[in-house]
Amino acid sequence: MPANYAPRYTPKLVVAITLAAAVGIPIAIFGAITVATPLLKPATLDALLPSATPAARTAAKIAGMALLGLLMVTFGAIFSGVIVWWERRIAGRMQSRIGPNRAGYQGFFVWICDAVKLVLKEELIPKDADALLFRAAPYFVLVGFALTFVVLPFGHSIIVADLNVGIFYVTSVTALVVVGILLSGWSSNSKWALFGGMRSAAQVISYEIPAGVAIFIPVAMAGSLSMQDMIRAQGGLPWEWFIFRNPAAFIAFFILFISQLAEANRTPFDLPEAESELVAGYLSEYSGFRFALFFLVEFGNIWVLSAIATTLFLGGWQIPFVSAAAIDAARGAGPLPSLAWWGWQALSVVVFGAKAFLLSNVVVWLRWTLPRIRIDQMMSLCWKYLVPAAFACFVFTLFWQLAVGVAPKIELASGIGLTAFAAVLTLLFARRVALNVREVRGDKYDFSNW
Amino acid sequence: MPETGSEYFENVKDTVQSFWHGLSITLSYLMRRPITTQYPDRTELEVKDTLPPRYRGFLEVDPSICTGCQACERACPISCIQITLEKDAANPKQRVVSQFDIDEAKCMFCGLCVEPCPTGSIQHSREFEGSQRSVRNLTIRWADPEHPFPVYKVPKGADYYPRAPLGALVRAKFDARPWYAPGPEYLPPEPPSAKKVEPSKPAAAKPAAADSAPKPAAAKPAAADAAPKAPDAKPAAADADAKSPPKPVVEMPADAPAASSANAPAPAPAKATTEAAPAPPATTTGPKT
Repeated sequence: MPANYAPRYTPKLVVAITLAAAVGIPIAIFGAITVATPLLKPATLDALLPSATPAARTAAKIAGMALLGLLMVTFGAIFSGVIVWWERRIAGRMQSRIGPNRAGYQGFFVWICDAVKLVLKEELIPKDADALLFRAAPYFVLVGFALTFVVLPFGHSIIVADLNVGIFYVTSVTALVVVGILLSGWSSNSKWALFGGMRSAAQVISYEIPAGVAIFIPVAMAGSLSMQDMIRAQGGLPWEWFIFRNPAAFIAFFILFISQLAEANRTPFDLPEAESELVAGYLSEYSGFRFALFFLVEFGNIWVLSAIATTLFLGGWQIPFVSAAAIDAARGAGPLPSLAWWGWQALSVVVFGAKAFLLSNVVVWLRWTLPRIRIDQMMSLCWKYLVPAAFACFVFTLFWQLAVGVAPKIELASGIGLTAFAAVLTLLFARRVALNVREVRGDKYDFSNW
Repeated sequence: MPETGSEYFENVKDTVQSFWHGLSITLSYLMRRPITTQYPDRTELEVKDTLPPRYRGFLEVDPSICTGCQACERACPISCIQITLEKDAANPKQRVVSQFDIDEAKCMFCGLCVEPCPTGSIQHSREFEGSQRSVRNLTIRWADPEHPFPVYKVPKGADYYPRAPLGALVRAKFDARPWYAPGPEYLPPEPPSAKKVEPSKPAAAKPAAADSAPKPAAAKPAAADAAPKAPDAKPAAADADAKSPPKPVVEMPADAPAASSANAPAPAPAKATTEAAPAPPATTTGPKT
């Protein structure tokens, strides 16, 4: 065998390191968030430092905030890295390819290789570009992305700050992403980038309307804008989720999901960076670290949109058969919560993470299923279909809430009915997939050659 | 354009249906075995063994049956073959090939050199794996300037010529050089310092420093522009290649099998390349020196 051949089997050490990283990195980052977030809250810090001077307490709170901010941005970066690898593997399978499988066992470390490569690359700034804005644009995008983590819940008490305007805050800070994209398109002084930036502005601003109206629906059902309050208004079991408790919310979930795909510039709405038409759209002229920032945000947005949809419609971190009040009661009175409380927190993080990850997979799956739509189709989808449907759902929800006030049983009826409907749909879909597999001769189900 | 109400809801229905079918199709592909096979280490057979018999891989020359007619050099449309013939210093009647370089990087695998070869010495092997970091390492030297090989005299009435198993020679050349080997410092024409050393015989002593220097890939003057490190190399000096002084040359260590390894009978006219069958007992010896 010639010297250029790679070993046929991955060495055991590589497998061990990869598995340790693949298991250890999520556990480490979620664990750090679970432990640090409740401990670094100002109230907890006050209780932990009863004798400190006010100046020392302020310093501790600022340090805690900085640490939390760092932790959240790290989470975003790691998530976007791992999802890149995951998406490439899924994409490979969906296209009858293998996907990256060389860097580490099953190619797990390819995201680190990507990042290292991008960071080491020379950063080019076009001669005719507006250098200041060109350099600043990725940071707008990154800030718009990172700020959403302030109110994104991870678990029962695992949230950086439970603002009482939570979801409203999210919709406002994500608008910063548009500013960054528009800036990058404009300042690149390139026609492709400008087209991409303009398309992005048109797209994101248009789709904020159906998304915003669809967000009204869980808000109206929960009676609060706070993320945690909306989750607490739901329950752990499917028929207690907002998506099933109200027929209009069932539709609104899909409206919100589609609009968020468009806002995150994901396929089929990736017109701003349409590779086949615009080179790479607004980031055509970027290279190196700034390019990496754009991609970090693009893939990190998968988590943001999944987490928001999970929070608003899918019951968030609610653990089945365990009420949020019971977890509150388990905390105990001391400055530090009890061990049982920590256990429930960890479980709620697992529940939330699993839901958000499942939804992220749907995002990935959609990307490799649907072709990019035309810009006129995109606009007509938004204004002629999603916006009227969202308003209709909203009006229906208002009447529904009035009806719930009179007869609370209809929520449970709708919940059970729609849950059964969704279960039937899932079964039909599984049957459809099985039929598709059966139609093909040769290999049937086969997961061996990952 | 205006839409009727039924069209509007028809569109919604179409969208939902196409999502349903599209998602089910991609999910079914997710659960199927990929069609692609990973090269090179997960293929069921070595790819080399699955190639058709007349596959045109790297050109291979068997120096033991090369008549030195230079027909291949003339036939090459892109001049990737470079041959230099000289008289043997010891025996002026014997012509020797002191340079037989094929730039595999430049070769376009047209096969035009194979057709005129009277003995089938030059043929396309089925070897195709020869990655090199330096493109100059892809110039294969079939003749050692230190030890030029004598041209082959075709025996009267010969209908076949003994040839080494096809592919073995070129494979040995590639295996002898790791892919990360540095490229030669310069391409012929040689730098002026090397020119002063000694005129006359090409087989003469070379500078001792050449032991560590990598093999200079032979090339035509046109290739000299690929040698940024040879600023003094004048392209005009290149056509005097035959008379050029000794080159600092380290022949590839795997040259030995090329000169005297097992010879196998091969069909005389350069017809379709035969399978690289195990070599029957050698019928003739290698070239005499």
